[in-house]
Amino acid sequence: MSERQRADLGTAVPADGTAHGGVPKQREPGEVVAELDDLAVWFPTPAGLVRAVDGVSLRVRRGETLGLVGESGSGKSTTGLALLRLVDPTSGTVRVGGEDVTRWSRRRLRALRRRVAMVFQDPQASLDPRLTIGASIAEPLIVHRLTDGGAARRRRVGELLDMVGLRGELADRHPHELSGGQRQRVGIARALAGEPDLIVLDEPIASLDLSVQAQIMNLLRRLQRDLGLTYLFIAHDLAAVEHMSDRMAVMYLGRIVESGTPAQIWRDPAHPYTAALLSAVPVADPQVERERRRIILSGDIPSPVDPPGGCRFRTRCPQARPECAETDPVLAEVDPDHRAACLFAKEAVRAMRST
Amino acid sequence: MKPVLAVEDLTVTIGTRRGPAHAVAGVDWAVRPGETLALVGESGSGKSMSVLAATGLAPRTARVAGRVHLLGTELTGLGEDRRRQLRGRHIGFVFQDPMTSLNPVLTVGRQVTEAAEEHLGLTRRAARSRAVELLELVGIPSAGQRVDAYPHQFSGGMRQRVVIAMALACEPDLLIADEPTTALDVTTQAQIVELVADLQRRLGTAVVWITHDLGVVAGIADTVAVMYAGRILEQGPVDAVFATPSHPYTGALLAARPDPAAGGAELVTIAGAPPSPLDLPAGCAFWPRCPVRGDARCEHELPPLVPVSAGHQVRTFYPQPSDGERQ
Repeated sequence: MSERQRADLGTAVPADGTAHGGVPKQREPGEVVAELDDLAVWFPTPAGLVRAVDGVSLRVRRGETLGLVGESGSGKSTTGLALLRLVDPTSGTVRVGGEDVTRWSRRRLRALRRRVAMVFQDPQASLDPRLTIGASIAEPLIVHRLTDGGAARRRRVGELLDMVGLRGELADRHPHELSGGQRQRVGIARALAGEPDLIVLDEPIASLDLSVQAQIMNLLRRLQRDLGLTYLFIAHDLAAVEHMSDRMAVMYLGRIVESGTPAQIWRDPAHPYTAALLSAVPVADPQVERERRRIILSGDIPSPVDPPGGCRFRTRCPQARPECAETDPVLAEVDPDHRAACLFAKEAVRAMRST
Repeated sequence: MKPVLAVEDLTVTIGTRRGPAHAVAGVDWAVRPGETLALVGESGSGKSMSVLAATGLAPRTARVAGRVHLLGTELTGLGEDRRRQLRGRHIGFVFQDPMTSLNPVLTVGRQVTEAAEEHLGLTRRAARSRAVELLELVGIPSAGQRVDAYPHQFSGGMRQRVVIAMALACEPDLLIADEPTTALDVTTQAQIVELVADLQRRLGTAVVWITHDLGVVAGIADTVAVMYAGRILEQGPVDAVFATPSHPYTGALLAARPDPAAGGAELVTIAGAPPSPLDLPAGCAFWPRCPVRGDARCEHELPPLVPVSAGHQVRTFYPQPSDGERQ
């Protein structure tokens, strides 16, 4: 099933180049930087085994942004943590730069964490309050032995601060002297320090004010353009994921339920959950808000200790049918580069939207 | 119709070691029965503090001045006991984190009607059946059993429903909702927004909804007030403010959201940061960050709130679009 469940759209790139007078329309897909294959991450708890991630496959290619969107309990953050081996996979494989790192020892993981960096939601919590900003950014340089001596290190810290749009003198300040937006810029500078192959951005804008969110998203995109960075952008904010991503995947209860380009997902969602999620996103236009019909899901996300059999979304799906309890749907292509894990993909969405 | 709650020239000054912080620097607003007023702004704009101060919930270190009328009664001159009584009887509160309102060691049923027992003199038995009724009203399934459950046995969305039931227990004239959906998932947020709108239609409650989310405002508000650095920069009917944002700040906020129709264009940002409440500028507080910039008058003189259309006011010397462009 792993082949069909793959969220990777690059594996099914159509022969676009020949179809339009020999002019390639799509750029060549880059090399695969990181890859998850049928990943499961289960946590033992007093209530039972929590299946946080339960069969996720995805590929991130060099220079692109893969967006991962989902609500709390969807497993999106755990998926990101697995790429850094900050959680231990229960089964499946994690490959980074072509190497299987699933069972790497703690010693070897140090090298992995130079190649895959992470930016967290709360920059306050991810920076040591006792360290100056400069010392925080220098830490990965020291750990990974990237600079020779103090002078070179200070120069590099200054460079990194400049890249993220902060003045050099902030190096001597402490985190509490900075605004939330400035702290998140420091978090990004720290992630850039090791020149990673992949940066996992876990809700990087969720705790920031609106005008600052826009600043950080623009910064991330500019850095990606200038430095050829590769991102896994994890967020619950659909509009932000749409804005930032080249491809995106929607998660629900430990699984990817739909993947495609942001345009495909936004204009033509194939999975009922995606359609419900889209209809719940408020739009800053009173007229649109008055006229739109929401698909209100009943109840809450089921417990990941005891996910429903068959399709995991069926207990809340307005279009659930008897077959949905029998078969666990796999991610299957509904359009070129667009996949959904629903027995009645598209059809169910059409029915939801017309009732 | 007479306002349920009206504030005039409200200021809140908080004493700090570095001097007085002007959290709210003079605001006026009113909310009428059945109407929803949205107070919108970024963190530190004074949107929450203005409401807490108006209802007598500001921290002890705060100095509150101005006039506040609740159902025609002037609150500012009243003693704390009388004010507390009026607040408990006529105003319900819903905050961002339901656990700040819920006691983890009491059943939800007891908590939902605690206020009603005090303010309406309900007996225990009557209170219990009222609690079941209220939990049903806010859409909690099998309310008859859940009434004896504890808060930790509920999900985040269900807890917020319990808090709403609690807020409605005394059939308040006004519901104050301070970022009630910010901690919730978007599908749960949609449920809660729908619930409050439905309750408001049925009960005619006035609502003051405090939020930073312009999408939520568009969906719930009749009137909106945009706050910045302790003052209202723009207020009016929701359609007018969203269709013709007249303050450069409102325009910039609306443009800062990614728009899926815009095809991934660079987002509009606002440079810099809001001024410190310890040191508010003499002129327009937004001037240092303003994309329009105006002139020396903006820097030195506080612009008054001026009308741009019926009920739509804006605090700037240069309303956008400028008079020439406005047809």
